[in-house]
Amino acid sequence: MVVEELEVLFQERIDANEKIEPRDYMPDAYREHLIRQMSQHAHSEVIGMQPEGNWITRAPSLRAKKILLAKVQDEAGHGLYIYSATETLGITRDELIEKLHQGKAKYASIFNYPALTWADMGAIGWLVDGAAITNQVSLQKTSYGPYSRSMVKICKEESFHQRQGYEVIAAMAKGTPEQKEMAQDALNRFWWPSLMMFGPHDSASPRTGNAMKWKIKRESNDVLRQRFIDKTVSQAALIGLTIPDSDLKWNEERGSYDFGEIDWDEFWSVVKGGGPCNLKRLNHHKKAHKDGAWVRKAAVAYAKKYSNK
Amino acid sequence: MSESKDTQGELWEVFLQTKKGLPFKHAGSVHAYDKEMAIQNARDLYTRRGEGRGMWVVPANAIVAVDPSDDSSFFDPADDKVYRHPTFYELPEGIKNM
Ligand SMILES: [Fe+2]
Ligand SMILES: [Fe+2]
Repeated sequence: MVVEELEVLFQERIDANEKIEPRDYMPDAYREHLIRQMSQHAHSEVIGMQPEGNWITRAPSLRAKKILLAKVQDEAGHGLYIYSATETLGITRDELIEKLHQGKAKYASIFNYPALTWADMGAIGWLVDGAAITNQVSLQKTSYGPYSRSMVKICKEESFHQRQGYEVIAAMAKGTPEQKEMAQDALNRFWWPSLMMFGPHDSASPRTGNAMKWKIKRESNDVLRQRFIDKTVSQAALIGLTIPDSDLKWNEERGSYDFGEIDWDEFWSVVKGGGPCNLKRLNHHKKAHKDGAWVRKAAVAYAKKYSNK
Repeated sequence: MSESKDTQGELWEVFLQTKKGLPFKHAGSVHAYDKEMAIQNARDLYTRRGEGRGMWVVPANAIVAVDPSDDSSFFDPADDKVYRHPTFYELPEGIKNM
């Protein structure tokens, strides 16, 4: 069959909501789009362990420490699920890591912001995981089978992440005036970057067209962002915190909140490497990878010696 | 040891049985260097919340799969044997317990 025919059949399968599996025919551009999106997603899970990992040793109680450890371990798992799913597209784990280290593959910009106080552990679980959940629930219906299955598994684990974060920030908001101020400060710093997690406006997102046509993305950036805002506003009010947006207002007609304009200059500057922690995050990953090289080599040598496969 | 190449290990497919007596289902894959590490990694990755009572890990390159481009002709022989299904049979009106 010629390529044109295969592409028509492929699109028919997509339109019929069939899942595409690793060994099925897929256009090169579909494969490339998936590799870019999925590897960026996997890298985000892994790099995302850093701001929270930073607080494990300083958690205020044993309970909090155990929870945070389990949460960060889950994120490592999410990275691994998605790396495995990405590898089914014919790229190796080594290549994926290399592209991250070379700066050719991105990760979510939100992790280039520092986690300054314990209240940030609350804001991250509540808002950052909350935004990620909104996105990932939608991606459960993505057209690529392995990606879709990894999203189903991840979504089951995520609801604990958001709840533990909300519990942390709610406790701070109920505490001393200083603690409440820390909670409000964490919300102030993480609110806008969380909204940026959904990406540029649909009108400024050149790849959205293909992604929607191929059903890789099922809902647009703006739709998902609006959904996140609509469900989060009352959660802030419930614990007496104020969302740092003076334009935030219920719109009866739309049945949604209107909100202020996002600072897109900040967004693009952080994407391009100008965020407060870009260099730190990447260097930490490189160092951990390099420091672990001897373990991998020893494991290869051990497996060879005992050839117990 | 220094002549070994730095790799992420080989790919293993993971199958989980959620409860004794149920069939094993594909859960995902892991990287590992040997079978012992493969089951440990698979446990840490896929059964953190009691998802499994039984587990198989299989080297991915040991799996034999049907080529999806000719799967319809491969599974074709099933289609013309409708008499394999109970609904094929004409039974007298009013029959019970069958
Ligand atoms: Fe995650
Ligand atoms: Fe999470």
